[in-house]
Amino acid sequence: MRDALREFVLDGATLCAAGDGVTLAGLVPVGPRFRWQPDGRPCAIRRTWLDTFDWRLYRAGLTLELTSRPRGPAEYRLTGRDGELIAAQPATQPAAAPAGSRSPRAAQQSWLLSALPEGPLREQLAPVVGVRALLPVARAVSTARQLRVLNDDDKTVARVTVDQMTPAPKAPSLPPRLVITPLRGYYSQADRLAQLLTAADGVTQASTGPLEQALAAAGRHPGDYTGKVSVRLEPQQPAAAAVATVLTSLLDTLEANVPGTIRDIDTEFLHDLRVAVRRTRSGLKLAGDVLPAGLAARFRPEFKRLGDLTTPTRDMDVYLLGFDGMAASLVAASSADLEPFRAHLARKRAVEQRQLARGLRNPKFPLLCRDWREALAAVPASRRARPTARALADQRIRKAHRRVLADGAVITPASAPEALHDLRKRAKELRYALEIFGSLYDPGAHWQAVRELKALQDCLGTFQDTQVQTDELRAFAGEMMAGQTVPAATLLAMGEVAAGLARQQHAARSEFAGRFRDFAGPGGQSRILAMTGEARG
Amino acid sequence: MKIFATYNIKGGVGKTATAVNLAYLAAKDGHRVLLWDLDPQAAATFLFRIRPRVKGGGKALIQGTRTLDAAIKGTDFDHLDLLPADFTYRNLDLLLDSARKPERKLGRLLAPLRSGYDVVILDCPPSISLLSESVLHAADVLLVPLIPTTLSVRTLDQLTDFIDGFEGKQPGILAFFSMIDRRKRLHKEIATTLPAQRKDVATAVIPALSIIEQMSVLRAPVTSFAPRSAAARSYVALWHEAADRAGLAHGN
Repeated sequence: MRDALREFVLDGATLCAAGDGVTLAGLVPVGPRFRWQPDGRPCAIRRTWLDTFDWRLYRAGLTLELTSRPRGPAEYRLTGRDGELIAAQPATQPAAAPAGSRSPRAAQQSWLLSALPEGPLREQLAPVVGVRALLPVARAVSTARQLRVLNDDDKTVARVTVDQMTPAPKAPSLPPRLVITPLRGYYSQADRLAQLLTAADGVTQASTGPLEQALAAAGRHPGDYTGKVSVRLEPQQPAAAAVATVLTSLLDTLEANVPGTIRDIDTEFLHDLRVAVRRTRSGLKLAGDVLPAGLAARFRPEFKRLGDLTTPTRDMDVYLLGFDGMAASLVAASSADLEPFRAHLARKRAVEQRQLARGLRNPKFPLLCRDWREALAAVPASRRARPTARALADQRIRKAHRRVLADGAVITPASAPEALHDLRKRAKELRYALEIFGSLYDPGAHWQAVRELKALQDCLGTFQDTQVQTDELRAFAGEMMAGQTVPAATLLAMGEVAAGLARQQHAARSEFAGRFRDFAGPGGQSRILAMTGEARG
Repeated sequence: MKIFATYNIKGGVGKTATAVNLAYLAAKDGHRVLLWDLDPQAAATFLFRIRPRVKGGGKALIQGTRTLDAAIKGTDFDHLDLLPADFTYRNLDLLLDSARKPERKLGRLLAPLRSGYDVVILDCPPSISLLSESVLHAADVLLVPLIPTTLSVRTLDQLTDFIDGFEGKQPGILAFFSMIDRRKRLHKEIATTLPAQRKDVATAVIPALSIIEQMSVLRAPVTSFAPRSAAARSYVALWHEAADRAGLAHGN
C-alpha cells in the first residue's frame, strides 16, 4: 500500500524519554537527506477501539478506532491490516435507538450501524458488521507528538507521530511508537525514511499494532470469542471426557452471550445463546449416555426450559430482521402500509425481551450454569475408559445420518407437513453431531459433509419457517384487530405477505425431492461412511 | 466539487497570490482542496516548496498517459494538495489544439477527481488562449483580479461578453480589486464605487502590501504565516465572497 503507515517502536530505557523532537533528532539521525522538525504541542488522545462481539472487523482485517482530543471533534478512523486509512468521519452522538428495540443503556455503550452518520465509513462497515453492534473492545490514552520530516527545500515529505500509549489508568506507558504517515506524492521519501529508522539503533519495526497492545494490557486477545464450536478433541481420549469438554465450551459460549442478551445490545447475542442451548440439548440427546448416570436426564429439561424462554423474542427478531425484505417484496400494497405491523411486532418484542431478561436475571439461572459446570468438571477422565471419542463420534454420526435417510426416504408429495418438520429435526441432530465432533475429522471431508447437509436443511427450514410465519401472521392480524387500531390497508398488506410466504413454502416443497436426492445419493452416503469408517477403540 | 479559476489576461495582477491564499483558506475550512498550477512560471508550485516537475510533462496529462491523480503532491498543509507546474505547460495550447473538443478538455481531465476533492483552484497563466478558454469552460467561478483603472473595467466587460457567448454552462464571475494603494485617490474611488454598481465585483479588495511579497521569501501563503495581518484579512473576506458565490461553507 503506497500510503500505508510504517510503524516502529523505540526500545530501551533511555529512549522512553525520547518524546520530543529535539531528543528524537539526536537519537534517530535521518540526515543528510532529511531533518526533523517538531510540529505543535504534544496532544493527549483518548482512543477507543470498536468491534463486534464476534470480532467481525478484526477477522476482516479492519480496525475501527474512535479518537477524541481535548480540542476538535471526535473522529472514527477505519484502517486496514497495514494501517492504511480506509475511511475517516467526524463522530456525532449516536442516534437514539429505534423505539422498542434496544434498551437506552445498551444504546449508550454500543453503536448499531444505523446510529453512525451516513457516508463512506458506514458504507465500508455495513457488509462486514451486518446486524451486529459495535462495542468498545479496548481503550487507551496516547500522548502524541507530531514531527515533520523535511527535505532540503524545507518541504514536508512525511509526518511522524511519536505515540506514547498508556493502555489503562495507572498502568505503565508502553514504549513510544513512531508512526510514519507519508505525504501524497512523496512515497519513496517515506520508504527511505523507514529504511533509515530500521537501521537506527534502538528502533525496531513494530510487530503488533496499538490495538493488540491495548488488548494485551487488558488481558485479552483479538478473536477471543467465536460462536462456533472451537474445542479440539483427541480421537483416543475417552468419549465421556470429550463430550464434557464440548459441553463446557458450549456453556462458555452461552454464558458469554448472557449480558449482551439481557442488555439487548444486538440480536445476535440471543441467537448465539440459543444456538449454544440447542447444541447442548442435542449433545445430551446424542451422547448423554456416555456421561455419568443420571446427568443428562437431570439437565435436559432445564435446557429445554431455557430454550423455550428464548423462543418468543427470537421469533420477533426473525420477523423484524426480515421486515425490510418483506416490505420490499410487496407488489399490490406499499411498504408504508406494513408500518403498523412493524410497530406491533416491535411492541411485542419489547414485552418478550423484558420477559427474557427477567428469566436470565432470575437467581435460578446462574445456579443452573454453576451446577452444570461443576457436574461437567466432575466427569471422570480416566484415560483407559471406553469408548474413545472418535469411536463414539463415528457411531453417533452414522446413526444420525441413517435416521435422516430413513425418515426422508418415506416422504412423498402426499406426505403431511409434519413429516418434513420431523425430518428437519433429524437433520439438525446430524448437523449438531457433525459440529460437536468436527475437530476429530479431516477438515475437507467434514466441510463437504456439512455443506451437503446444509443444502437440505435450508430447504426444510424454508418450508417450516414459512409455515410458522404464516400461522403467526394470522395470530398477529387477530391481535391487531382486537386492538381495533389496525388500518385496512395494513391487513391487506399482511395478506399479501401471507400469500408470498405460501408461494415460498410451495417452492420449498417442490425443491425438496431434488435436494433430498442430492443428499441421499450414493456419493453423499459413501462420503459419510468414509469419513466415519476408520473407527478406533 | 467546485472549480475556481484565477484568471486575467494580464500578468502581475495577483492571480497566483490569490489562488494560493484562497486554496489555503478553503482547506482550513475543512474542504479537500486541489490547486493546479497551470502557469509554466511555476510560482504557486514554488510557494509550496514543491519541485516544478510532472513526469511526462503536460503532454502526458493532456493525452491521458498519466492521470492527474498520479501527479498530485501533498503540501505542508492538511487537506491541501497541489498539481505542480511543469515547464512543458508552455506547450499546452498546442497539445490542446490536437485534442477533441479542446475547450472541454480540462473539465474532462478534472472529472475523475470529483470524489477526492471539494474544491479545485486553477491558477492560470496570463494569456488569452485555448488553455484559458478550456479553463473558462471548466470553472464554476472565475476569480478575476483587477488593477483599479478604468481600462480594467473594460477588460472585465470584454470577458463577460465572451462568456455570455458560451453554450451550456457558464461560469460565474467574481472580479475583485487587487494591488490597491489606498493612498491613491483613483484606486480608492474605483474600489468603493464599482462594487456598489456591479454584482460581479467583490466588495473585498486586496491591498498592495509588502507582506504579500514576503510570500516568495517565506514560501508560504500569507494567510498561514501572518493570519492576523491586513493582507490575510483581505483574503479571508475575498474567500468568503467566493465561497458564497459557489455555495460552499466557510468559517467566520
